[in-house]
Amino acid sequence: MILLSPVAAIGRMTLGFLAMLGEIAIFAGQVISHVFRPPFYPREFLHALMQIGWFSLPVVGLTALFTGGALALQIYAGGARFSAEAVVPAIVAIGMARELGPVLGGLMVAARVASSIAAEIGTMKVTEQIDALVTLSTHPLKYLAVPRVVAATLAVPVLVAVGDSIGIMGGWAVGVHRLGFNSAAYIKNTVDFLESWDITSGLLKGAAFGFLVALMGCYHGMNSGRGAQGVGKATKSAVVSASVLIFAANYLLTELFFS
Amino acid sequence: MIELRGVTKSFGPNHVLRGVDLTIPKGSSMVIIGGSGTGKSVLLKCILGLVTPDSGTITLEGADVTKADRDAFLARFGMLFQGGALFDSMRVWENVAFRLQRGAQKRPKAEAREIALEKLRRVGLGPQVADLYPAELSGGMQKRVSLARAIAAGPEIIFFDEPTTGLDPIMSGVINDLIREIVVEMGATAMTITHDMSSVRAIADNVAMIHGGKVRWTGPVSEMDATPDPYVQQFIHGRAEGPIESLR
Repeated sequence: MILLSPVAAIGRMTLGFLAMLGEIAIFAGQVISHVFRPPFYPREFLHALMQIGWFSLPVVGLTALFTGGALALQIYAGGARFSAEAVVPAIVAIGMARELGPVLGGLMVAARVASSIAAEIGTMKVTEQIDALVTLSTHPLKYLAVPRVVAATLAVPVLVAVGDSIGIMGGWAVGVHRLGFNSAAYIKNTVDFLESWDITSGLLKGAAFGFLVALMGCYHGMNSGRGAQGVGKATKSAVVSASVLIFAANYLLTELFFS
Repeated sequence: MIELRGVTKSFGPNHVLRGVDLTIPKGSSMVIIGGSGTGKSVLLKCILGLVTPDSGTITLEGADVTKADRDAFLARFGMLFQGGALFDSMRVWENVAFRLQRGAQKRPKAEAREIALEKLRRVGLGPQVADLYPAELSGGMQKRVSLARAIAAGPEIIFFDEPTTGLDPIMSGVINDLIREIVVEMGATAMTITHDMSSVRAIADNVAMIHGGKVRWTGPVSEMDATPDPYVQQFIHGRAEGPIESLR
């Protein structure tokens, strides 16, 4: 029996994990079904758009700037081993647009937004504000989750586009001022090698990551336990699950787009 | 009239309600008393549909509440939550006018604000608090705002979940008087959960005591002190000794 207990524990964890995946899938289905059914809450949507999109710009921009610069240095150093320093502009642009822009942008939004959504909705749950919404004839999922999920799905691609531009600029700045590239040649190289699908695929990834980030924030907030500990746990779970899902979705989308 | 028949509800192994039978006549004020954890709030949430009963029926004017159109059903209710449950991202007047700015009862913003100010005045709060956020108010003021929100859309039925918990005796008296005045003035059916015996005497037409998941005693408040039921007597006099077990 003692030997079996670790196996039973693994079994319980697996079942619990699968049950949670099922709950998340049902929750996602409910959110999507409510997107197209009235009533709509434009004020809440615009508020969420500001919170998720506008206020995430500095953190996403700074992340992209430093990542673009570091990427240029790495590619230059790596490329120098086989005399391929000239690929820096192209690889920075493609790397930022296809991978680093959406993934790092998504992760920064996950850290900033999933946590705040989960904490806000979790606190609303433990202070009976969600019950109050129901008694005021307002569907909590429609009022709290739908505007945030739609706003994040629309805002994160825009953040990714801004992040891509700033990241490429970061690469250009390092390339020109630190590595001695000619400015005009760097820009021409970037434009020549970057294809529209590189950008579009990154934006589509951004939309998927935005959806997942807000969904995880709302799901864990609405299923928050009681008290400060429950809200803390919901916040942590929202960030962790959103981050893991971003990486998983990134792999699947990369397979889908580029295989 | 609200009628509950054989309502049961369990949370895992914890059988909270074990067959509650209760009638709340239209236009009357029913107060539910009972120890902590006896299922008073669960009972109230069952009526509102926030918690689904395992068995039994709950009817409002003869119609099963679980089969009613939710929006139309909830539009008849107002509720004062124990902690106020005010939306802290909204200003006071927006909290009060929440229902008047959305859904079937939506009105122009200026009209909704005007009604909110009137309801705030009704609960003794001036227009200067209307643009504050709930976190800027004292506990008593938050309860008043919550009461104003509960009555803002003119509900036929109002629920009060421990309306005086956490308030000083004077503020408790003020809230009790307000509840009584508003219920009488509006002709509403009221259901209140409380441990506060001064609230019971101030608010109730009828009293029901829940113990062991069932209604132990119910009757007019005027008969409560005279009932020989040892459970009621122990509870209303706050005695440690008696049939209700307490942990010491």
